[in-house]
Amino acid sequence: MARQAQDYEDIPGTVVFDAEKSRQGYPINMFCMSLMKEDNRKAFKANEAEYLKQWKLSPEQTQAILQRDYNRMLELGGNIYFTAKLGATDGHSFRHLAAVMTGSTQDDYAAMMLAGGRSVEGNRSKSGQFQPKPRAAAKSKAASTSKSKAVSKATSKSPSKSRSKSRSRRG
Amino acid sequence: MARIIAGVASSHVPAIGMAIDQKLTEEPYWQRVFSGFEKSKEWMAKAKPDVAIVVYNDHASAFSVEIVPTFALGCAAEFPPADEGWGPRPVPVVKGHPELASHIAQSVILDEFDLTICNKMEVDHGLTVPMNLLFGSPKEWPCPVVPVAVNVVLYPPPTGHRCFMLGRAIRKAIESYPEDLKVVIFGTGGMSHQISGPRAGLINSKFDKAFLDNLTKDPKKLTRIPHLEYMREAGAEGIEMVMWLIMRGALDDKVDEVYRFYTVPASNTAVGHIILENHRRAVAKGKRAGAAKTKRAAHTAKQFVRRSK
Repeated sequence: MARQAQDYEDIPGTVVFDAEKSRQGYPINMFCMSLMKEDNRKAFKANEAEYLKQWKLSPEQTQAILQRDYNRMLELGGNIYFTAKLGATDGHSFRHLAAVMTGSTQDDYAAMMLAGGRSVEGNRSKSGQFQPKPRAAAKSKAASTSKSKAVSKATSKSPSKSRSKSRSRRG
Repeated sequence: MARIIAGVASSHVPAIGMAIDQKLTEEPYWQRVFSGFEKSKEWMAKAKPDVAIVVYNDHASAFSVEIVPTFALGCAAEFPPADEGWGPRPVPVVKGHPELASHIAQSVILDEFDLTICNKMEVDHGLTVPMNLLFGSPKEWPCPVVPVAVNVVLYPPPTGHRCFMLGRAIRKAIESYPEDLKVVIFGTGGMSHQISGPRAGLINSKFDKAFLDNLTKDPKKLTRIPHLEYMREAGAEGIEMVMWLIMRGALDDKVDEVYRFYTVPASNTAVGHIILENHRRAVAKGKRAGAAKTKRAAHTAKQFVRRSK
């Protein structure tokens, strides 16, 4: 049965962890849960491919884990709070993983956050059809100007701000 | 009779916990965050609650994808800190209040909120980071805690309106508890942040500020924000802010905002914090003048740091 289109699929650069993703990603997330135990972390690090065999992962899921392709893991049903345990096993923080998923260097990502983070302008909508509600739009002319920029950016399918390297969702 | 004297909202960024655990709080990056909670700790030391109700979300610690309760109530005598992948946080075991928790369960379920009862549960940074921010790092936490875990990981979380109404029901439960207890309720998580996918790093200070304003003045307006708007405007993980509405629902319609703090960033996240006092607390004690003084002092201390443009 075809998956019903969801309104949140219009948000760029975002995979919403819904019931279907949860079903699909069950083995990824349960594998990640196992890494909460020190003994399992050791066993995984000792032989990653072997350790992964017990979780009924699809070949794509196994590959994404071995390659630490965090965006691909999300697409295949992984959830960030689970995959972060894989990150922690490698000694990486949430911020480190976030930088990786945006295609930025660690320094560029940290600088972007210190400068106030990624702006929502230009990052609301993939289709460009989404218009902020009048109460937001009416607030300032500046907002509407940047919104029109936003539409052209969004249609170019680049989810990232120009500051970080643009990257396709499949990256 | 037990009563809720105040509500506290605070982000629960895991990196804040790491900064505390690794003693990095004096570093300039972290000082900027922690300085915003100095007044709050003073406030909490004076408020001296007998019990704290902490609304938070579990981050794949106590609940995996095997079981995902929408609302779960911690009824155990104690809640050990969870190993989240880098060892358990070196914080005290959180003591529960099983009698009050069971009373809340009974009252709230009969009020048609179908809570999951947890008689054994570990707690993660979602609960322990706000405890540190408000209570510091003592050897033992100064009061018992009733944890309320909300699913905001698997979409869809409960709606903001549902959360607000749960807060109302929790308040009713507390007010029908015979023992004379002072209760503070925490709403945690938020503010704007996205930690997953190519859009990670999203911050929306305008949204956050409006949310804080309305949390005090017009919370009912916030209960009408659809999930799509949270995710679009405040980031996929910004949806955690629905949990603040449980806290707000448990307070009076009119509250005194005694403190607010906001800064960007802590790791990937906008840090927001607010303390709201019930009017009734002051009225009941016949200390209106005192309350006004507190409010003025708090107003002076009020900071609103905006780092984004």
